[in-house]
Amino acid sequence: MFDFLGISPPALFGQMLLGLINGAFYAMLSLGLAVIFGLLNVINFTHGAQYMMGAFAAWLLLGIFNVPFWAALVLAPIIVGLIGVAIERLMLKRIYHLDHLYGFLLTFGLSLVIEGMFRWQWGSSGAPYPSPIPGGYNLGFMFLPTYRGFVVVAALVICLVTWYAIERTRLGAYLRAATENPTLVRAFGINVPRLITITYGVGVGLAALAGVLAAPIQQVSALMGTNLVLVVFAVVVIGGMGSIMGSIVTGFGLGLIEGMTKVFYPPASNTVIFVVMALVLLVKPAGLFGQTK
Amino acid sequence: MSVPDMVEPLLKVAGLQAWYGESHVLHGIDFEIGRGELVTLLGRNGAGKTTTLRSIMGIVGKRTGSVKFEGRETVGQQSNIIARLGLAYCPEERGIFSSLNVEENLMLPPVVKPGGMSLEEIYKLFPNLLERRRSQGTKLSGGEQQMLAIGRILRTGASLLLLDEPTEGLAPVIVQRIGDIIRTLKERGFTILLVEQNFHFAATVADRHYVVEDGRVIDMVGKADVQQSLGKLQAYLGV
Repeated sequence: MFDFLGISPPALFGQMLLGLINGAFYAMLSLGLAVIFGLLNVINFTHGAQYMMGAFAAWLLLGIFNVPFWAALVLAPIIVGLIGVAIERLMLKRIYHLDHLYGFLLTFGLSLVIEGMFRWQWGSSGAPYPSPIPGGYNLGFMFLPTYRGFVVVAALVICLVTWYAIERTRLGAYLRAATENPTLVRAFGINVPRLITITYGVGVGLAALAGVLAAPIQQVSALMGTNLVLVVFAVVVIGGMGSIMGSIVTGFGLGLIEGMTKVFYPPASNTVIFVVMALVLLVKPAGLFGQTK
Repeated sequence: MSVPDMVEPLLKVAGLQAWYGESHVLHGIDFEIGRGELVTLLGRNGAGKTTTLRSIMGIVGKRTGSVKFEGRETVGQQSNIIARLGLAYCPEERGIFSSLNVEENLMLPPVVKPGGMSLEEIYKLFPNLLERRRSQGTKLSGGEQQMLAIGRILRTGASLLLLDEPTEGLAPVIVQRIGDIIRTLKERGFTILLVEQNFHFAATVADRHYVVEDGRVIDMVGKADVQQSLGKLQAYLGV
């Protein structure tokens, strides 16, 4: 086997895989954030808590009702998505006409409340979730746990399906048009408030879906979304607020960059994404894929 | 002010008042349009013509009075419900969506009633749009964007078209083309409420003109009386 700059291939590819997996979660989460921000004008800071709720929903479904992972993959996003719908109907819709800051504060406060409740009930130490597909493959240069490979592929599929739904379907055209000019879209006979509710529900469902996928990899814990959501916000800023493809490419790309930094200069791995964010903002304030309006 | 005999007007506006926030813009608009008629609202800048159209569609802050479409009261309804009754709106700023291509823009407004034009018919009326159907909507020229804004409300089956200054800022040859299109639409049986600053253009297409000033309808001139009322109209419009 060869060595690359003194790094052994298993370490290099192992970190690359970890980077891809982290990137998969960045992409799925920033996608939901981008869709929500585009239409609702709300920076959904509750996203990390909703991701955590997805993982918890899967864990509780398994523990209480013995619902297997694959069923939870469908059920948990629906349950958490419906909670999102309730949040939108009861709270968010009252603040659309206000500055971004209010939506940010409301969703930030909500995330504190939700995470606090989960911590109060289940503590902050994590609970394990058994891997639904144990085992793995020896690829020669590295060992690939099957489930992790599945997560990367599943995230790619989820991202591409979402991209297709938004960019190529009629409902997606309504969504894009309503993002630009909700008043006119409504005057064409489209129920924009309902479209907004559905969009928020789906965006939250996406976060929950990512949470279910994360459950077997990470510990299921009340604070699992807190740190992640900060990085995801950086990803959204780098990709360009509201850009769908931007979120996907930047999510995976930054996961890889972070993984590689762990190999070549570990101390910087926690900050590299924020350094990239600062650089991108200096050169292209609208983000890599963002459009200046 | 005499209104021609009409069995039941398609649209009847009575005592319509409207506000944008604190500012009271319409102070009592009264007019009506019969089925198949082409009626214009004339008036100076800021007289309240655009606000009248927006009020009919239900997209102003607050409105009172009465707007009856096919006898049904629409004041108090949300704009998506009003649109579903069969009214379609082409705004002054055209409202072409930049994140949608030409065909997506055309297909955006949902069909609300049967009897609308097919995509083929619309492309036949606006051949430029067919050529550029995959282009980003806002990459079109001003005239093409105007045609797109008109074209996309013909598919929906709406019987009343509200057109807000479709000739604004366009070259004379395009204005002529828009005039031909509006006449074609009238022949096809569409009822049209047209807001215009360009009286000479309006006079070539309309059956009747209502004059709006300071948020009120102050006069009505029929097609037959336009010639003898020219002096009066010019005074109203300040031309």
